Amino acid sequence: MEAEVQSAAELAGWTGPASTGAGGQEVLHVTRDRYLEVVGALRDNGFAMCSDLCAVDYLRHLERPLPEGVAPERFEIVVNLLSLERHQRIRVRVQVPEGDPVVPTLFNLYPGTENMEREAFDLFGVRFAGHPDHTRILMPEDWEGHPLRKDYSVGRVPVQFKEAPGPR
Amino acid sequence: MTDEELTAETSEGPQELQERDQTTPVELGIEEGSSLRLPEALLGDHGDIDVEFGADETMIINMGPQHPSTHGVLRIMLELEGETVLRSKPVIGYLHTGMEKTGEQLTYVQGATNVTRMDYLSPLHNELVFSLAVEALLGIDIPPRATWIRMLMAELNRISSHTMWMATNGLDLASSSMMIYGFREREMVLSFLEKTTGLRMNHDYIRPGGVAADLPDGWEDDVMAIVETIPGRVDEYDELLTGQPIFKERTEGVGLISPELATALSVTGPILRASGVEWDLRRAMPYLAYDEVDFDVIVGTVGDTYDRYAVRINEIRESCRIVRQCVEKMPPGDYRAQDKKVTPPPRARIDESMEALIHHFKIFTRGFEVPPGEVYTAIESPRGELGCYLVADGSNKPYRMHIRAPSFANLQALPPLLRGGLIADAVAIISSVDPVLGEVDR
Repeated sequence: MEAEVQSAAELAGWTGPASTGAGGQEVLHVTRDRYLEVVGALRDNGFAMCSDLCAVDYLRHLERPLPEGVAPERFEIVVNLLSLERHQRIRVRVQVPEGDPVVPTLFNLYPGTENMEREAFDLFGVRFAGHPDHTRILMPEDWEGHPLRKDYSVGRVPVQFKEAPGPR
Repeated sequence: MTDEELTAETSEGPQELQERDQTTPVELGIEEGSSLRLPEALLGDHGDIDVEFGADETMIINMGPQHPSTHGVLRIMLELEGETVLRSKPVIGYLHTGMEKTGEQLTYVQGATNVTRMDYLSPLHNELVFSLAVEALLGIDIPPRATWIRMLMAELNRISSHTMWMATNGLDLASSSMMIYGFREREMVLSFLEKTTGLRMNHDYIRPGGVAADLPDGWEDDVMAIVETIPGRVDEYDELLTGQPIFKERTEGVGLISPELATALSVTGPILRASGVEWDLRRAMPYLAYDEVDFDVIVGTVGDTYDRYAVRINEIRESCRIVRQCVEKMPPGDYRAQDKKVTPPPRARIDESMEALIHHFKIFTRGFEVPPGEVYTAIESPRGELGCYLVADGSNKPYRMHIRAPSFANLQALPPLLRGGLIADAVAIISSVDPVLGEVDR
């Protein structure tokens, strides 16, 4: 059976950069303009469910190792697709530049990404062009900034001890 | 970017369900057409619902976030025409505490303590998926006993989660005796979890490298007592609810979802299985040692609230079967990997070996480094596919930890489920989706 498993890249006709994640998962590195096309091809070839979509802010690792031909950018959108028939997973990673953090929405391919894209926008500020309800989901509407960005401070609650010496 | 620009950019307008006259026709079309927010391609027929309501003929009401039937702080905005639900929208975020951000500040050793608080009804599954992700990045193998202990605990946790669901679902459908029974059975399981892990909830028991402690003496008797009692009690639930006319009236044909829609909406777990898709990660993509135990995947046919109830009640029985096999097949050996860099040394070694003391100190202060990489692991939690996407950069803390919470995705099924039904059915439907707001909001 093992030998018959066709790689997802072949199914989608993707010949561009690919890598393997820990545990042998297949990863496709897709450019922004071919993002919808490749994900659409995967969906038409059995990847019926989008199990996860999230963003990563690589601010502190702008020079990270990536397969040849992929220019690293600050943000990455990571999409995990699942094929129910073939019991197979595939991950699609898209580089999103800081200056223009916009990617097309997957809503028309997988309506289940609606909440996930709203979350990625809310926490990272990556915009999804064409999303039907592009609002914050976890943070309040009037929140400033995007908390999961690496340049967003964690903040601390100062702890005051009774016997502590005063500020120097 | 200046502050003003940032504010202007991030203020994206209200999250609430808008009044009809404030919603654009395109949006309204999407919402009306399919229930809510499905792309044109997946729209069903619009015929059965009247799109032509004026704004003054309908009423938008809030259900929650303080409503007892919303299982926490879920707020659902319902547009009603009389008692019929026309549109609905879940509004979430009331329990958001930034646990993914917190996860980036904690070492891998502390990480399990953080994730266990997300889904508070099945904390062991959260720890398990995090530990599996860390172990995949580390590339270490865990001893067979640790694997089987994890499986035993995960299945016991599934029993407690599902009995808790039986309890709250009974309460929502006005069967308060079911609530008392459900809590009674859950407490039975929790007391064993407490005996093993020290805590009823938020255990921090499954850690990268194995589990925190071996099973206590006499654990076989405790576990057998549980799996011998629970199936009998489940038969009692069957008598109480399954054939009961009032219960059937409230649940049969209520909140239908088709397999195609469920798949498209990324819905997993009992809701997907109830709609007829045979998809259980324990069977489809086995992790731990689920390929060595014998169990059935429970699948529904109709996809209504009753089916979701039937799937869960039978999953309790299947979990009991798995637990029995875990007791029979529990291998002897170590309960955690003996990797000095990942797991702490045994307590006795610390007294006699300086090196063991150093390793112990290092692990609990600095933690361990994980080689750079990224991984997505997924397991079947009682609510569906629980995933963990972990990016490591070679330091002792995750660079990014994302939890794919099943309830978060499952909530997207609420608008299609609620549409066209009565507001009284909304309670039954929300309950049947079984959202845990702790993991929805994280």
